[in-house]
Amino acid sequence: MSEPQANQDFIDVTSKEYEYGFVTDIESKSLPPGLDEGTIKKISKIKNEPAFMLEWRLDAFKKWKKMQEPTWARVTYPSIDYQDIVYYSAPKSMEDRPQSLDEVDPELLAMYEKLGIPMRERAALAGVAVDVVFDSVSVATTFKKQLAQAGVIFCSFSEAVQEHPELVQKYLGLVVPKTDNFFSALNSAVFSDGSFVYIPKGVRCPMELSTYFRINEMNTGQFERTLIIADEGSYVSYLEGCTAPMRDENQLHAAVVELVALDDAQIKYSTVQNWYPGNKEGKGGIYNFVTKRGICQGARSKISWTQVETGSAITWKYPSCILKGDDSTGEFYSVAVTNNHQQADTGTKMIHLGARTKSTIISKGVSAGQSQNTYRGLVRVNPKADQARNYSQCDSLLMTDTSGAHTFPRMDIKNNSAHIEHEATTAKIGEEQMFYCQQRGLSEEEAIGMIVNGFCDEVLKELPMEFAVEAKKLLEVSLEGAVG
Amino acid sequence: MLAIKNLHATIDQNPILKGIDLEIKAGQVHAIMGPNGSGKSTLAHVISGRDVYDVTQGRIEFMDQDISELSVQDRAAQGIFLSFQYPVEIPGVKNTVFLRAALNAQRKARQEPTLDTPDFLRLVKEKAKQVGLKAELLQRPVNDGFSGGEKKRNEILQLLVLDPKLAILDETDSGLDIDALKTVADGVNTFKGQGKGVLLITHYQRLLDYIKPDVVHVLHNGQIIKSGDFSLAQKLEKNGYGWLGDSIDTPDLSLPTV
Repeated sequence: MSEPQANQDFIDVTSKEYEYGFVTDIESKSLPPGLDEGTIKKISKIKNEPAFMLEWRLDAFKKWKKMQEPTWARVTYPSIDYQDIVYYSAPKSMEDRPQSLDEVDPELLAMYEKLGIPMRERAALAGVAVDVVFDSVSVATTFKKQLAQAGVIFCSFSEAVQEHPELVQKYLGLVVPKTDNFFSALNSAVFSDGSFVYIPKGVRCPMELSTYFRINEMNTGQFERTLIIADEGSYVSYLEGCTAPMRDENQLHAAVVELVALDDAQIKYSTVQNWYPGNKEGKGGIYNFVTKRGICQGARSKISWTQVETGSAITWKYPSCILKGDDSTGEFYSVAVTNNHQQADTGTKMIHLGARTKSTIISKGVSAGQSQNTYRGLVRVNPKADQARNYSQCDSLLMTDTSGAHTFPRMDIKNNSAHIEHEATTAKIGEEQMFYCQQRGLSEEEAIGMIVNGFCDEVLKELPMEFAVEAKKLLEVSLEGAVG
Repeated sequence: MLAIKNLHATIDQNPILKGIDLEIKAGQVHAIMGPNGSGKSTLAHVISGRDVYDVTQGRIEFMDQDISELSVQDRAAQGIFLSFQYPVEIPGVKNTVFLRAALNAQRKARQEPTLDTPDFLRLVKEKAKQVGLKAELLQRPVNDGFSGGEKKRNEILQLLVLDPKLAILDETDSGLDIDALKTVADGVNTFKGQGKGVLLITHYQRLLDYIKPDVVHVLHNGQIIKSGDFSLAQKLEKNGYGWLGDSIDTPDLSLPTV
């Protein structure tokens, strides 16, 4: 029987402030703030990129300059000065890239310990291979050899550009075209690193792959790119975590994630997003404008997104699936928690192109403080997608009278054989529920943690075990003093 | 163990309790009866410390200590348990997870060692059997989709696992068929005894046939208007509350007892 260990763990949490707000004192080398063709050429040069990459970047930049920042999301923030951002920053000691973990700056390693990712031990214990992206560059990738034996490629994006240019050229921008949106265009122009994964035909990746993203430098934007290709009949589970120091200035994070699943392949992508959310008065915090999309290119393929979003001042994020292959499946499981002055506008798009394609959307929004939490989703069934099925469920839990929950589900059904179900609920956390828990001996915070974790259970159980424990802790920490 | 003195309480400034005096000694079972709206449930919740109620006068002592300022969970850890008239559902939280968290939170507050998983499961399974709660319900979310009877059995399971000093049972008999009523009563009867106090809140005498009270009180309009032994309950069963009527000053004691 699987028993309540995890629960014990999250109840033991006592620290309630943002735990990851420290700054690491590492000498770094940065480009000056500002963005023009020169900046892009410099980034490309530092990374010693082949010509196709530079051309691709410059083309994206040209198009980005003509694009407008989107305003349709239910978020408000002062306008971003794109000339005031540092587009490239790397720890100085990284100039000569380490060949192994032993050569990684001990300060950096110490910082990852602090973040709870001791690369060696934890990775070894958990059997997780970790890639770490620090500001703009990828610092270390563990377990490379073991993965290589299985034929799996797991490396930083920069390395992939050098070592596997044919794969990069073939798949980069396939799912998220350069001009897909304002932020993806910006990312395409200036992205500095990220993770690259290729799982060969018929291979079940022998361990969970994982990337931790960390913004350390002041005024630095982070623009990483992740590309995961699962060849026919392969399987991979990929985890992503993120933190940033506490700073009064807002920092921009505009990432792009592309997933490609060929025939019978499965990709499970899990995120625990804990960027700095800003302080109680709403000062500082990360602007998280992220484009994540996967294509079920092959028949019977499957892509599953699970996200727990607790951080960032602004979240603008819609991990989506294009269900192109017949009988392919897309899933989106989401928990978005907002507190204080946080704003989240998140959801998914399920685009049914192939026959008998299936999608499931489970979204749980928890709003506390004066925060605003929006679910925005699109289910589209194209004329040729016979017998498509979708089930959507959007639940909102309000912790206070001053917070908001909003749901904008859109259905665009062009085939009469589609089977579409949608359910939505909104509830306020009950005084009765709280009293019941407290009468049984739980403190107010334990009671909130219990009720919220229960509310999010359908999503949390989709997470890999070690991530689920972390996510439960995070939910509790994020909702400190949340009942009003 | 429980001493309530001149207790006045309001909700949204409406007075509900208007001067309650009640003393429960260790080992005793008290029953509070009274018509709807007399303040029975309010009394139970005020003793538990629910903060939607304001205590405007008087005091509550538990184990010789004034608990008026204690939080709900502190009172629980001191040994006050309330079996809810309408047990609350907590979707997504497994029954055993909830109960273990509650037990260990109380133990921690009392600076007692917490129970590990195997010991806890042994305890909970034994008690579940005793109250006739199907084992599968232990793995389901708290009270979610439980029938009325299952919810009440679950309350008694919590009572036996948490093992408080004082059990307040708020209309635990309502909605139970006779078999469930007997099992629930058996559960309470194993609980009561030396060092334990029980406060039964009920409409009907039915439950009292199975859990015999030492003292019976009649609550009316926020005050205890009459106290007596078990025969008072029998009298109420036979004659209803009408004979107590408006004559709080002159209760008619001439009616025959059974």
